[in-house]
Amino acid sequence: MEEECKMIPSAVPPKYKVEIDRDRCMLCGRCVEECSWGVYRKEKDRIVIYSNRCGACQRCIVMCPRDAITVRRNITCWRDHPLWTAEVREDIINQSKTGCVLLSGMGNAKEYPTYFDRIVLDACQVTNPSIDPLREPMELRTYIGKKPKKLEFEFVEEEIDGKKIKKAKLKTKIAPNLKLETPIMIAHMSYGALSLNAHLAMAKAVKECGTYMGSGEGGLHKALYPYADHIITQVASGRFGVNVDYLNRGAAIEIKIGQGSKPGIGGHLPGEKVTAEVSMTRMIPEGTDAISPAPHHDIYSIEDLAQLVRSLKEATRWKKPVFVKIAAVHNVAAIANGIATSDADAVVIDGFKGGTGAAPKVFRDHVGIPIEMAIAAVDERLREEGVRNEVSIIASGGIRNSADVFKAIALGADAVYIGTAAMVALGCRVCGRCYTGQCAWGIATQRPELVNRLDVEEGARRVANLIKAWTLEIKELLGAAGINSIESLRGNRDRLRGIGLNEVELKALGIKHAGF
Amino acid sequence: MCGIIGFISRKKRLIRGDKIAIALDSLKERGNGQGSGYVGYGIYPDYKDYYALHVFLKNTPTYHKIIDKVKNILSKYGVVVKDEEIPVKEGVLKKEFIPWRFFYDFHDSYKDIENDLMVNIVMEINDKVNGAFVFSSGKNLGVFKATGWPKEVAEFYRLDEYEGYMWLAHARYPTNTRGWWGGAHPFNILNWSVVHNGEITSYGTNKRYVESFGYKCRMFTDTEVVAYIFDLLIRKHKLPVEYALSAIAPKFWDEIERMDEEERRIHEAIRMTYGPAALNGPFAIVVGTHEGMIFMNGDIEKNNTMIGLTDRIKLRPLVAAEKDDLVFVSSEEAAIRRICPELDKVEMPDAGSPVIVRIE
Ligand code: SF4
Ligand code: SF4
Repeated sequence: MEEECKMIPSAVPPKYKVEIDRDRCMLCGRCVEECSWGVYRKEKDRIVIYSNRCGACQRCIVMCPRDAITVRRNITCWRDHPLWTAEVREDIINQSKTGCVLLSGMGNAKEYPTYFDRIVLDACQVTNPSIDPLREPMELRTYIGKKPKKLEFEFVEEEIDGKKIKKAKLKTKIAPNLKLETPIMIAHMSYGALSLNAHLAMAKAVKECGTYMGSGEGGLHKALYPYADHIITQVASGRFGVNVDYLNRGAAIEIKIGQGSKPGIGGHLPGEKVTAEVSMTRMIPEGTDAISPAPHHDIYSIEDLAQLVRSLKEATRWKKPVFVKIAAVHNVAAIANGIATSDADAVVIDGFKGGTGAAPKVFRDHVGIPIEMAIAAVDERLREEGVRNEVSIIASGGIRNSADVFKAIALGADAVYIGTAAMVALGCRVCGRCYTGQCAWGIATQRPELVNRLDVEEGARRVANLIKAWTLEIKELLGAAGINSIESLRGNRDRLRGIGLNEVELKALGIKHAGF
Repeated sequence: MCGIIGFISRKKRLIRGDKIAIALDSLKERGNGQGSGYVGYGIYPDYKDYYALHVFLKNTPTYHKIIDKVKNILSKYGVVVKDEEIPVKEGVLKKEFIPWRFFYDFHDSYKDIENDLMVNIVMEINDKVNGAFVFSSGKNLGVFKATGWPKEVAEFYRLDEYEGYMWLAHARYPTNTRGWWGGAHPFNILNWSVVHNGEITSYGTNKRYVESFGYKCRMFTDTEVVAYIFDLLIRKHKLPVEYALSAIAPKFWDEIERMDEEERRIHEAIRMTYGPAALNGPFAIVVGTHEGMIFMNGDIEKNNTMIGLTDRIKLRPLVAAEKDDLVFVSSEEAAIRRICPELDKVEMPDAGSPVIVRIE
C-alpha cells in the first residue's frame, strides 16, 4: 500500500478535497470498497484519505450509508494571471514530469460557445393552433438511409372480377433504411472501452425504444447477438472484430473515419482493458494495447472510401445501409458531399464537443468545429448539390437534452447520436477518467468487481427512460410549433432564432436573430 | 384566418367574374382588407395558346424600363405577341403596382420544354428584375389580386368583363408577412393556382426542398411554396395525383401500417421520398390544376381540374357542394349559398382526403 502511494505523484495540488464527517462516520469501510481510485484506506479506528487521487466521481458519496462524505473543489491559491492560468501551469508541471502527451476523457472542456444555448425555438400563438400530443398523433418515425430523388410508377393492367383496370405500381426500388421510432440513437462506444454490462444495458434500451446503438470499434460480444438487429456495427481503422459475420449480423455498418473529440488521430485502448473476453471480441491477443491507426490504411482518398463503402455493401449483399462518420472539421461540408455522392447511406458528423474515453488533451480542446455549425454547413451544401434528401445526416457530439436534439434536427440533421448522456443515465458522473479503466460505476472498466456494480436491467431501464423522456419532450415541442411529424421540422430553420449571435454566426447557422 | 372559395363548371360553361366576387364578399369577415384575389380559367379565349404573364411593375415614373428588362428575358426564348396594362378602374385602390400583361409564345425549338422554361423565366424575373413580380404565368387564365377588400379588388380589375369556367378566390387576413400585392392569393405557376387558408408550419422545410429543385420563393409568404410543390410532384415527377396529394397531406403511420402490403410499401416510399414536401400545420387549399395530371388508374387528365384539400387533422374548414354542372369548394357554405341558394348536395370532406373535380 505504501509503495502504491508513491506511484501516484501529486506534484500539483489536489483538485478535490475529500472530507468525512467523523461524527457521522461509523467506520463501515464502504468508501474503501467503493472507491476504485484508492482514495480511502482503513486504519484501525480511522479512515485515511488521499484526496489527490479523487476525481469527484461521487461514487463514495452516493454509497456512504451515513451521508458522511463531502467532496469539494480544493481551491489552492495560484497567483492570478490571465495568461498563465492554473490549468496551464498544471499541465506544464505534469508534462515536464512525464514527457508525455496529456490524456483526458470526455468532451472539449474549453469555453467555446455552445450555440445550442444561443438558439431559441418557436411556438404557435393564435394564428395557427398548437397541437396537443396527448390527443393528436405526433410522428417521430425517421428513416435513415438512401432515398430516391423521385418515385417512378408504372401502370399495369390487372384483371379484377373480369374487368380490366390499370393500376399504378411503384417502379422505384427503395434501398434498405433503418426505421427509427425516435430520432435519438446511442453513439458508438466500444466494448473494451465500456464494460459488457454497459453495452448490454444500452442494447436492451434501444431495442425497447425502437432505435439503434453503435457497436463501437471493438467488435460485437456474443452476449449482444440477441440485440444485433438494433446495433450498427462499426468498421474503424483498426478493424477490430471485423469479419463478414459481424457485418451481416448488425442492422447497418458505419465506417469511422474520425471522431469529434480527436479529429485526425486514431484510438488507443490500453492493454489493461484488453481482458480475455475483450481480446476474443476484438480478435487481438490478451493484454496488448489495441491501437487504431490515424488513417484507414486502405483509404487515402475519397475514391478509396467509396470503394470501401461498396466492398462492405457487396459483403452484405446490399442489404445493410452503410454510414460514414467524420469529425466536424473546417472543410466538413465538402467532405460530407464527397461521402454523399458515394454509395454511402448516411453521413455522421461528430462535433468537437463529443465525448471520448481517452483523447490527447490538446486534440480534445483545440481541434474541430462546433456541431451546430457543421450540421448547418453540411445540410446547406448537400441541398446546393441537390442530394440532401437522398442521404441522411446524423449529428453527434455534445447533445445534452431534448432541446439540443430538436435544434439539431431543425438545423438539418435527420437524427442524433447520444453518447455521454446515455452514460450519465447509467451512473457516469463525467469525471473524465475513463481511460484509466478504473471507473467506479462499472461503465468504463473491465475489472469484474467493478463491472458487476452495474445492474444491466436497471441500467437498461434508465437509458430507456431517458430516451422516452426526451422523445416525449420533442413531441411537446413539435406540438407547440404546430407540427405533427418530424419530417416537417428537418431543416426548418425558420423555426429557430439566434440570441446574442453576430451576423457571421447567424449566417453560418442559416438562422435569423430573435426579433426578426 | 382567411376565406377561400372556388367553383368549376363541369361542362366548361363560362361564368362572369363578378359572380365569384359576390361570393368572396360574403367571406370578408375572414379577411381584413389586406389582400384579395381571383383567378379565372378560360378567360383569354383569343390568346388561349399563348402564355399570359401577369406582372406587377413597381409604380415609378420609369416603370417602362422594368418592362424592357422583362422583355429582354422573354425575347431569349420566344416572342411577346402582345403586351399592355391590365385594364383597371382608376381611383378604387392605391396603385402600389401597375399590373401589366404579356401574351407570350415560345419559339418552335423550345416547345417541348416550354413549361420548364416558363418556370425558369418566372424565377429569373422575380429574382433578378428589380420592381417586377410575375404573379400569373399560365395559358388562358389570369390571376387578379391586390391589397384591398374583395369588392374593391374585383372592381379595380373590372372582373365583370371576364368569363371563365373555373374561378378561385381568396380574402386574406395576413398573419405571417405584411399585406402587399404580391402576397395576396391566388399563387400561380403555369396553370397551377392555389388559394390557401392556414399557416404552413413546415414552410422552412418545404421552401428549402423546392429551392433545391430550382424554384425560388420570392413572395415573402408561405402559400407560394404550395404551387411549386404541386408543379414539382405532379407535373415534373409525374406522380399519380392521388399519391401526390398523399405526399402533401401524408397518411399517418398508423394508417399506413394497416394497409395491404403493396399500398403500405407505396405510402412508406412516399413519406420517405417526399417527407420534405409534406405540408404541416393547419390548412385548407383549393387548387386549379395544370393539365396532364396522371391518375392512379393511368388516366391522363387533359383539362384543368379543381382540387380541394385540408391538412390531415383538418384544422381549417372546407365544404364542398354541387348544383347541376357546378361544383363549389369553400371555407363556408354561406359563401356558396350566396351565389347559389339551392344546392343539390353539400358535404364536408374528411381530413386530408381530397375533392377532385374534373370536367366532363
Ligand atoms: S474518486 Fe470517486 S469514489 Fe473515490 S473519493 Fe473521489 S468521489 Fe469518492
Ligand atoms: S464512465 Fe466512469 S470513469 Fe468515465 S467519466 Fe463516467 S464515471 Fe468517470
